[in-house]
Amino acid sequence: MQRFLAIFVKEIRQLRRDRLSLGMLFLVPVLLLALYGYALSFDVKHIPVAVLDEDATRASREFLESLFSNPYFDRVLTLDRRAEADAVLDRGRARLVLVIPRGFAQRLARGETAEVQALVDGADASSAGAAVGYLDALAARATRRVQIETIQRAGIAPSLPLVALVPRIWFNPDQESSHFLIPGLISMLMMLAAVIATSLSIVRERERRTLEQILVSPVRPMELILGKTLPYVLVGVATMGLILLLGRIAFGVTVAGSWWLLSLTTLVFLFSALGMGLMISSITRSQQVAFQLATILTLLPSFLLSGLIFPIRSMPVFHQVFSLFFIPRHFVTALRAIMLKGAGFAEIWPSLAAMLALGLFFNGIALWRTRRSM
Amino acid sequence: MIVARELTCVFGSFTAVDHVSFAVARGEIFGFLGPNGAGKSTTIRMLCGLLRPTSGTARVAGYDTGREPECVRERIGYMSQKFSLYRDLSVRENLAFFGGVYGLTGARLQARREAVVGMAGLAGMIDRITGTLSGALQQRLALGCAILHEPSILFLDEPTSGVDPLSRRTFWDLIQGLAAKGVTVLVTTHFLDEAEFCQRLAFIHAGRLVALGTPADVRRESVQEDLFEVALETLAGAREKLQGLADVLAVSFFGPRLHVFCRSGCYDSHTLGRALAARGLATQHVARVPVRLEDVFIRLVQRQPLNR
Repeated sequence: MQRFLAIFVKEIRQLRRDRLSLGMLFLVPVLLLALYGYALSFDVKHIPVAVLDEDATRASREFLESLFSNPYFDRVLTLDRRAEADAVLDRGRARLVLVIPRGFAQRLARGETAEVQALVDGADASSAGAAVGYLDALAARATRRVQIETIQRAGIAPSLPLVALVPRIWFNPDQESSHFLIPGLISMLMMLAAVIATSLSIVRERERRTLEQILVSPVRPMELILGKTLPYVLVGVATMGLILLLGRIAFGVTVAGSWWLLSLTTLVFLFSALGMGLMISSITRSQQVAFQLATILTLLPSFLLSGLIFPIRSMPVFHQVFSLFFIPRHFVTALRAIMLKGAGFAEIWPSLAAMLALGLFFNGIALWRTRRSM
Repeated sequence: MIVARELTCVFGSFTAVDHVSFAVARGEIFGFLGPNGAGKSTTIRMLCGLLRPTSGTARVAGYDTGREPECVRERIGYMSQKFSLYRDLSVRENLAFFGGVYGLTGARLQARREAVVGMAGLAGMIDRITGTLSGALQQRLALGCAILHEPSILFLDEPTSGVDPLSRRTFWDLIQGLAAKGVTVLVTTHFLDEAEFCQRLAFIHAGRLVALGTPADVRRESVQEDLFEVALETLAGAREKLQGLADVLAVSFFGPRLHVFCRSGCYDSHTLGRALAARGLATQHVARVPVRLEDVFIRLVQRQPLNR
């Protein structure tokens, strides 16, 4: 106990003096969250639109009005000639050029299909797709209104049979992608901070030859590992709190579920992530190698195999199974369930169990390696 | 206190330590000499339990290093060439850490800390960051950390490398003080003046023990050759000419002079002078000199065929 305490206190003192590591543990996650939180958005809103109204009739103006009375499209430019459209898209002044051809109103009046042309900048395929989708829906709405007006003008009470989908999106009712992204980002940032910081801990002592001094002392492997890990558990919990606070202030992400469960999940996560860092530290010979290994093993799975960006269910089966061996997938699943759905222990225990199993494996290897070198 | 029996350590196809046996008594300062890569550090590391011997056994403080490493670790102090201190911690924090690791608490820790700070001459610097101390002070602090728990055996692996001669002297005074109190000291070095401070020496080369005994024994017994010091008018080409001479076994430079090792009883200073003159070497001075540890070192290293 006393030997463990000596290592624990020493580790905290070193951490306090090591501005670089402290910065990496606190500042970097906060910065990255702010950065990614704003940049990584799948929401397609405020798309800059240039308009070329060749028809210039009441009907065309009404149509345009209905189009811009929502947050999805912003009318930024009015064009006079069709030839300008290309240049506008090229220079990125607008992402979409809407052309209402001459005869729009006439065709409508005649009951024909009036075409509206949309030139879309497809460079960003997913937001282009979303823009076209919105546009389609808005056009359909406009059409229906025109139809109803026409029918009314004809003196018939409009009782057209309509099939309407009334969607109710649960858990993230505003469909804010940040609500969906933040748990994933938390997982990625915590993973980076926890694994990289601990991955350096043992190998640093090996490099500076202080490990030798510990190895000739009566310290046991378990005492060394606990003494080295526990300070990072404290730091990890603090970082987690900081990130949650920032998520709430900057992105309005709240925790729907219980804080106790969230704390438990965080501790289980830290157990496995710190274990992974220790394992890396115990199998590498230099800080540089440890750092690279830790970065590769945390960053890529956090991005690609966690469900942060690519939904796990739409992956090939192999990748789905493969992702099970990485901590972020389970942490993201659990975090989303707790934070967005307010899930209880009964729903998330498989994720916790998986992280626990991975943690036992990683810590076991770290312990075995340390024992062998003792 | 230390008994090594047929200690062997093999790394792949490379034999670092080859059947080394010796014993060290309580309160003895036992020196381990040898060129770089001879196997000195490897031997020490096996004795401390940092390395498992490929074969052979070692008993330290009465415990088998392989079977009872915990018992051994509580009773030894270890200090290596790169002082394994936490350079980002203060002197006090380093002492607190090593004290805690060895289970020192409260009054005992405080008493030992004061004793060590006094011994190392660190009074008034206890809150300095260790990395900002001079090399000599860091060295003495490292020694202090190694003896904080009052071990009965102290292993020093090239403790004085990179420290100025005066500080080395101070350091050896400390070591001799510890030995006088009954601490057994095993020290590796390649400073031959330091070897004279040791009560007994083991000379290790290419993993094998090639000489063992007091410094006087080693000088007398390990090089049973006559040594002559020769001053020449010009040194150019002299060594090559001398090496061709019958019964001359080795020639080495010794400052502006040459040390010539001859087969025992074959020459005296006159006959050697004449033999040199016959080779066309104008001698200023030829004299038989006693063998020094440095000569022993050179001869043992030259004579032993490298088995690698």
